[in-house]
Amino acid sequence: MPVTSANPLDRRRWMAVLARATASELATSAEGRLPVFTRLRGPEIGLVMLRGRAGGTGPAFNLGEATVARCTVRTAEGWVGHAYCLGRDLRQAELAAALDAALQDPARQSELDVAVVQPLALAQAARRDTLARRAAATKVQFFTLATMRS
Amino acid sequence: MSITHPGFPDPVQDSQACFRAVLDAMARPGQVHTVTALDPPPMLDAATAAVLLTLADADTPIWLDQAAMAARDWITFHCGAPIAAATAATLALALEPVRLDAFPAGTDDAPELSATIILQVAALGRGAAFELSGPGLAAPAILEVDGLPAGFVAEWAANHALFPRGVDVILCAGDRIAALPRTVQIRQAWFGKA
Repeated sequence: MPVTSANPLDRRRWMAVLARATASELATSAEGRLPVFTRLRGPEIGLVMLRGRAGGTGPAFNLGEATVARCTVRTAEGWVGHAYCLGRDLRQAELAAALDAALQDPARQSELDVAVVQPLALAQAARRDTLARRAAATKVQFFTLATMRS
Repeated sequence: MSITHPGFPDPVQDSQACFRAVLDAMARPGQVHTVTALDPPPMLDAATAAVLLTLADADTPIWLDQAAMAARDWITFHCGAPIAAATAATLALALEPVRLDAFPAGTDDAPELSATIILQVAALGRGAAFELSGPGLAAPAILEVDGLPAGFVAEWAANHALFPRGVDVILCAGDRIAALPRTVQIRQAWFGKA
């Protein structure tokens, strides 16, 4: 039974990228690279409580619930992969969990990172950038007397 | 953390079916029920694993004996149950003989705060015969158990005498369960099933 040797920061990065990718993106980029796996739990849909802090520093309060799909799989080599994805896409959660398991395997990590994680991360960054630009274009600067005087 | 085995194939249906089996077993002490098959971790029988998946959750502190500690990761992952000391447990998993008085028996005001002991035995339906009587049994029933701890009958008598306090026991072997609620009286029977 291998225990994960992945750097926690690396793993956090790829799990975040996989969780944001759609099922079809994952299926396309991971085609032929998926490990043989069995399901340990799920894929299943549930709710998580989102907690916030007023001003970022106040006491934690419950902001609301979000729907998540989660899945845990185990590869034939014994790597256990987890995925929690916002939304109700069971296929996405299963693919992301399988890729998380495969990415922990030192033998496959660099290949999968280059072929799957990095392109997805770039696409997500581009999407975020486009969105931010569109939002920035509609930004209105409010000038008040008070701010103009200073 | 190493999780090697899945839980119920169909969590909702399977845990409800198993819950029903536990209810029936509790209502008819000594009656042997079969529970849903699943692929349990090596040290647990299918019935033991199914009862755990059905009864244990984040609100049930669970005590594990030395042998059951090997299944700790599996239990934590699938049930989310916190591991607790014997005196603070609401569920206890014993793969080897345990003393019944090690676990909370509840209070006279709140007897429901007692522990339920999931005891894995070698076999149900063969082995030493015990005569059960009490609520749920119109006539004394015979339960054959292989692998009950030595001195269990005496310990059980002390447990029964605490009523309304006392622990309840679920016996598991293979894919079969039988229950011993605290209301039942147990005598060693000198005859088997006819």
